[in-house]
Amino acid sequence: MPTRPEKVYYFGTCLIDLCYPQAGMAGIELLRREGIQVIYPQQQSCCGQPAYNSGFPEEAKKVARQQLKAFPKDYPIIVPSGSCGGMLKHHYPKLFADAPEAAEAQRFSERVFELSEFLVRVLDIKLEDQGQPIKVTWHSSCSALREMRVIEYSKSLVRQLKNVEMIELQRERECCGFGGSFSVKQADLSSAMVADKVTDIEQTGASLLLSGDCGCLMNIGGALEHRQIPIPVKHVAEFILERAHG
Amino acid sequence: MANPVTVDFPRNFTKALNDGQLRRNLRAAMDTLGLRRRNLFSDPEAFEQLRARGDAIRRRALSKLPQLLEQLERKCTENGIQVHWAETPDEANRICLEIMQRHNATRVIKGKSMVSEEMHLNHFLEERGIEALETDLGEYIIQLDHETPSHIIVPAIHKNRDQIARLFHEKIPNTPYTEVVEELNAIARKILREKFFAGEVGVSGVNFAVAETGTLCLVENEGNGRMCTTAPPVHIAVMGLEKVVERLEDVPPLLRLLTGSATGQLITTYFNMISSPRKPDEKDGPKEVHLVLLDNGRTQIWADPELRQTLKCIRCGTCLNHCPVYTRLGGHAYGYVYPGPIGSILTPQLEGLENAGAMATASTFCGACEEVCPVKIPIVDILRRLRIEAYNKVDSPHAVKGHGYKVNAMESLTWKGWALSNATPWVNALNAKLLGLLGPQLPRLPAPDIVKKWTQSRTLPKFASKSLHVLAKEKGLSDE
Ligand code: SF4
Repeated sequence: MPTRPEKVYYFGTCLIDLCYPQAGMAGIELLRREGIQVIYPQQQSCCGQPAYNSGFPEEAKKVARQQLKAFPKDYPIIVPSGSCGGMLKHHYPKLFADAPEAAEAQRFSERVFELSEFLVRVLDIKLEDQGQPIKVTWHSSCSALREMRVIEYSKSLVRQLKNVEMIELQRERECCGFGGSFSVKQADLSSAMVADKVTDIEQTGASLLLSGDCGCLMNIGGALEHRQIPIPVKHVAEFILERAHG
Repeated sequence: MANPVTVDFPRNFTKALNDGQLRRNLRAAMDTLGLRRRNLFSDPEAFEQLRARGDAIRRRALSKLPQLLEQLERKCTENGIQVHWAETPDEANRICLEIMQRHNATRVIKGKSMVSEEMHLNHFLEERGIEALETDLGEYIIQLDHETPSHIIVPAIHKNRDQIARLFHEKIPNTPYTEVVEELNAIARKILREKFFAGEVGVSGVNFAVAETGTLCLVENEGNGRMCTTAPPVHIAVMGLEKVVERLEDVPPLLRLLTGSATGQLITTYFNMISSPRKPDEKDGPKEVHLVLLDNGRTQIWADPELRQTLKCIRCGTCLNHCPVYTRLGGHAYGYVYPGPIGSILTPQLEGLENAGAMATASTFCGACEEVCPVKIPIVDILRRLRIEAYNKVDSPHAVKGHGYKVNAMESLTWKGWALSNATPWVNALNAKLLGLLGPQLPRLPAPDIVKKWTQSRTLPKFASKSLHVLAKEKGLSDE
């Protein structure tokens, strides 16, 4: 872990960029409130994971190379997603293993941190809860859980909020069935998985679902909405920022 | 695997997903197995240490595979075990048949063995007038119903008690209907006992073969496996050639990992170590022991350092138990002998991507399999490798069979376009803007297939009118 830096880079992720920019901005705001200068390189785009996991590594590399270029300096790179974070941190070194950029990719990967881990471990953020009492539940994305191993940090942020009761899912460690192109290529399987996830969420009695990954939120949120179940979904950064603001 | 019929994955998957009884049976069984495993490996640190040992033992064995196989053959031969090599399942079947015919056998009894399933041995023998009776209770149940195993450890896991009770009542003459487990056990036991005495040859699998001593290790719970290897005058053990380990002392940690991962047991009821046929002064045991070593593409897998890790597998089945896909489909939907995560990496390598490549798409890459695998097989990395080779012709002697079968102009073009957009900031910005503008209009456009599939069970997300790029700029964030 780095010591508290003056400046950090922010990697917004393509999904947040296009569909959930307010979640991305919330992460930025949380960092700025801690006195950190946030740099948002306009040259950034996608981490490359969609192509990488679908079987198109050359295309993934092309896009990944663009990210190496967009984040040239030594600052930590903060990512509000376990999934894209995992790609940048754990898969870039593999992707470029035999390429001229191998050393660069290695250094890049060492600078990558998932947002909640950074907030807790480096900034030791303290949250004052200004909100009304609420029951929420938490969805762990597989990559945040198994690749980035940051779930405890995300949850500890929510636990700091004194008016928030967190009810854990019965099958918290089970995938929601998103898996990027999986949800399209294996649509039936994916639907069966997200259906079970939705049932699990309903059973908690919570009035809001939180997660640190917008991919899962898009999948689960879409399924909740499709069934007209009135449980909204929210990125954890957006939630804690709102609560702290009152 | 002798019959690479093209498997209709979409049809199989839909059928399994719509089978509510199957889904409930699987869920209940997997929950129990998962819980038992967690209770046994309750200390994460100790488990990690044991896992690291298991991984190291399997790596070491594979790194010396050719020498160890030679040593195993030498030691076994010294011990009086006759060793046979088979390159293909067909060869392995013929070796078994030839031994059986030499002894005029018409009835053989079998212990549980996935390699014999890989060979489709029962079917092969049946066609040649030899009856092969499965004696493992689970195997016996599915044999009664003319099915194949749906799990590599618990072959009848897809059936619940009522279904088994009905099956016994219908298929075994003069059997009253009963759901009492002890009674069901007793019924099977009585029938199997009689068959044991009639069996002329016993067939078994091998869990570990020790090169140092020429010992075949067999793990089981019911004692039926032991009957197969001791009651008949001839014992044939079949194994995939990756099952060899170097030293006797390698066995205990692996055994611990195997039983703990598979069924959450600290030890099993029976652990057999077979080191020779009956000796002149001994009163029991078979007079002949044969070991059939099957390659079936394993040396090709072994030649590639990444794919080789597939062969570390000790067939504990725990990756199946923890796989969200397997849990919803069961083994039969995969259409091949090895289902679940291990099947999804092993089968396409054995059968070729053009036949079984679709198995590699039945994963979200959630990593639950890797997390529990007792010998740390990087299942997700290998799955990704299979997906890559499905779309790309590879210029390497280690390429997976059938590589490039999916080469597809449309899909390649899509990804090329995606790459161009995401590697060129101004194109990316333009796209974001267009999507933002179009966002509210999109539902009115005719939906492409990909959107239709998504919206079967989910509402589509809306594109934001301003992207994060734009918001960040408006907020005055530095673009250093
Ligand atoms: S891949 Fe690992 S978890 Fe799966 S059966 Fe093999 S050893 Fe067990």
